[in-house]
Amino acid sequence: MITKPGDVELIANAAGLAEVKGRSLWQDARRRFMRNKAAVAGMIVLVFIGLFAVFGGFLAQYPNDYVDFTLTGAGASNGVPSIETGHYFGVDPDGRDLYARTVQGTGISLMVGIVGAMVAVVVGTLYGATAGYVGGRTDGVMMRIVDILMSIPFMFVLILMLVIFGRSILMLFIGIGLISWLDMARIARGQTLTIKNKEFVEAAVATGVRPMTIILRHIVPNLLGIVIVYATLLVPNMIIFESFISFLGLGVQEPMTSLGALINSGAGQMNYGRLWMLAYPLFFFLITLFAFFFVGDGLRDALDPKDR
Amino acid sequence: MSLLEIEDLRVTFRTADGPVNAVNGLSFEIDKGETLAIVGESGSGKSQAAFAIMGLLARNGGATGKVNFDGTDLLSLSPRQLNKVRAQDIAMIFQDPMTSLNPYIRVRDQMAEVLQLHKGMSKKKAVAESVRMLDAVRIPDAKMRVSMFPHEFSGGMRQRIMIAMALLCHPRLLIADEPTTALDVTVQAQIMDLLTDIRKEFGTAIILITHDLGIVADSCDKTLVLYGGQIMEQGATTDVFAAPSHPYTKGLLKAVPRLDRDDDELQTIAGEPPDMSCLPAGCPFSPRCVQALPQCATTRPALDLFGAGRMRACHVPFAEVI
Amino acid sequence: MYSFILRRLMIAIPTILILVVFSFVLMYAAPGGPFNSERPLPPEVMANIEAKYGLDQPFLMQIFNYVWGVVTQFDFGPSFQYTSRTVNDVIAQGFPVTLTYGFWSAVVALVFGVTLGVAAAIRHNTWLDYLAVGISIGAQALPNFVMAPILVLIFTLWLGLLPGGGWNGGQWQYVVMPVIALSTSYMASIARITRSSMLEVMNSNFIRTAQAKGLPMHRVILHHALKPALLPVISYLGPAFVGMITGSVVVDVFFSTGGIGQFFVNSAFNRDYAVIMGITILVGVLTILLNLLVDILYAWIDPKIRY
Repeated sequence: MITKPGDVELIANAAGLAEVKGRSLWQDARRRFMRNKAAVAGMIVLVFIGLFAVFGGFLAQYPNDYVDFTLTGAGASNGVPSIETGHYFGVDPDGRDLYARTVQGTGISLMVGIVGAMVAVVVGTLYGATAGYVGGRTDGVMMRIVDILMSIPFMFVLILMLVIFGRSILMLFIGIGLISWLDMARIARGQTLTIKNKEFVEAAVATGVRPMTIILRHIVPNLLGIVIVYATLLVPNMIIFESFISFLGLGVQEPMTSLGALINSGAGQMNYGRLWMLAYPLFFFLITLFAFFFVGDGLRDALDPKDR
Repeated sequence: MSLLEIEDLRVTFRTADGPVNAVNGLSFEIDKGETLAIVGESGSGKSQAAFAIMGLLARNGGATGKVNFDGTDLLSLSPRQLNKVRAQDIAMIFQDPMTSLNPYIRVRDQMAEVLQLHKGMSKKKAVAESVRMLDAVRIPDAKMRVSMFPHEFSGGMRQRIMIAMALLCHPRLLIADEPTTALDVTVQAQIMDLLTDIRKEFGTAIILITHDLGIVADSCDKTLVLYGGQIMEQGATTDVFAAPSHPYTKGLLKAVPRLDRDDDELQTIAGEPPDMSCLPAGCPFSPRCVQALPQCATTRPALDLFGAGRMRACHVPFAEVI
Repeated sequence: MYSFILRRLMIAIPTILILVVFSFVLMYAAPGGPFNSERPLPPEVMANIEAKYGLDQPFLMQIFNYVWGVVTQFDFGPSFQYTSRTVNDVIAQGFPVTLTYGFWSAVVALVFGVTLGVAAAIRHNTWLDYLAVGISIGAQALPNFVMAPILVLIFTLWLGLLPGGGWNGGQWQYVVMPVIALSTSYMASIARITRSSMLEVMNSNFIRTAQAKGLPMHRVILHHALKPALLPVISYLGPAFVGMITGSVVVDVFFSTGGIGQFFVNSAFNRDYAVIMGITILVGVLTILLNLLVDILYAWIDPKIRY
């Protein structure tokens, strides 16, 4: 195609126009999100939790695996949280600094949640978009597989796998990756079915664009809103999932720890009056979940106003 | 005394962006067995007026004024008392027959519960009566079909079922809110014929709410033209059609496609329907009116009697309306 | 209807078979057998044990025997850990316990969740609605393993009202906390789902029709609105049941109720594959049957679904 000099300007203008329009859609969503006080508060809390997990370790007076022998077997009287000793959150019965361990546990829980959500976004979106776009028999088989996988009690299978292949964080990631994408695949497929019949997809088909290109160029970008919303809501669920396994002692192994494992050991120490061991990890667990739920809800309202 | 007398009815909705006045001082009356058409564009407040009469306004809506039905003010009734009036004295059919019937309950049960509740009939008798009523609205094979679910009927059939259900208790007034809007043209005619027959057979007064002047001309005694929640003009249908007294009515009539006239182009009324949250101080139609006078924007014209029982609200003299 | 159920069963059976075979292959692929301990056993003892459990046979033979036993007699073979007992004994001991409080948890979650959701929707934007929304958002972040310690802290350690664990033949004091711990987050989700679908239904045209018919409010809600409003709740029941079954593991471990979850986790630490597999398969069958039940319930309520 030969472009006349005058056209270049025209095309540039048109491109600018499209850009402005595209931006205004997201700007609109941002405005709606900012009006939602709970969501904004959740966002701020998340930033602080993130900072705590990444940089909180610099404030710790003790490494997380350091055993303070003067405080081992500490009862309710000594080992309590105190600024003077440098054990801000107290110590556990093994004399380890709970602050350092909470920082590490929060970090691991966040990482598990985010990795799980990322697997879900990549695998689930592509799987769902492909099934929905191709349709017909392929769609039937692909979604049937999802149905079957969903009807299996995955936690049990995962525990079986953890027992057989050994308990490691890698195994945990594999297990979480295996299930996290199922719901996302369903959502992406449903959304694809409605996008598929829009004019711009038909136009792409009519001009002979290959199916895979259509999926990646036209379908997936339009799934973005719903995918972001769902991924945000998936993170806390993955954190719960990991904490569940760690609570049973089958997940993250010592000396590493996660919020679930810390809650478990805290729960075990309740009887002996060491309530701080439950309180601090539980506090971080709850505010993390709440923050994600509020941000997710806020994003849903902002990106999908009709779904209120 | 008239069957239904409405005086200065006002409907207001509380919304996040401030109050929205859907109906502003509506007054009219309707006699036994009479047919009244309320005509207006979408958003003119005609449906909300009907919901206010039935006490069916959305939760954030409120109605003031007087709605006297047979001597009782419906607006002052408790929900329990109002439930006795609904279906027994006043029944209503709605715009969208596809969604107005409960999709999860068999037609039989939806109809029979009306009779069981209001007439204390046994289930068996109530079903038999429902079948008879379905026959009356010409649903073929009613005895068998009464046991079906709504989604097994076509749109026109569903509106017939709605009409049959509304008539079960032989109400004295039937409010039909755009009963044909969602239907095909041929089915529209059938439903309108049915309503005309019903009026003859049962002596039911009918308020027909519509934006379609075409169906008004054939079937209604009186016509009331509504704009911005206010009456523009009112009178016998023949008079209003023969000599519209308001620029808005005039515009509406010009916008109806006619085969018997040789117009090249269908005329439209320029501009947008009014924003009900900030109506002009004067006549609500003034911003779109081709004949608007200076005072139209500032002073609301009074609703004056003229001619043979006609009323109009316009600053432009009747003789000068073009 | 029957052909619909039959077709769902046709899918359920292969799913179970896949689960059985998959578990067995996993176990077979496991590095080191169940009897590899720190002190190696003498070879002849090892051979004896392997013969007893059929571990000396070729892979295909083993898997066939296992599947055959499971399918024809529901026999999961002997336990590796409790030498004198079979997996079936373990299940027979633990399953009734799990089933008891699992059943009550489902009932509590459903009844309270639906009631709360309906009440909130009918009193939309009143204090009751805000309270219900608050509770359901709060409880969403309280999974069973968080609820369990909090409950024990409050009711056992502080108030001294309820025993902190044990089962005692299913006396109510011992059942209360497991049920609350297991049901809370599902109750919250059910309340949320019910509320939003009820709000949608109450705004629909057919509810307006019902009101125009002069039906009293309670009849409009119970007879006209509840059924459609419950459809999303029913779809949620499938995943909720799976979640509750999974959660029972935590409850069993934390409250020492003696349900299958406790055996499951013990076996996980002791590499007792036979028990783990048996329980996994049992739970799988249970999930699939419950899902089938949910599908049937859905189809029964929604007349637009034709099988």
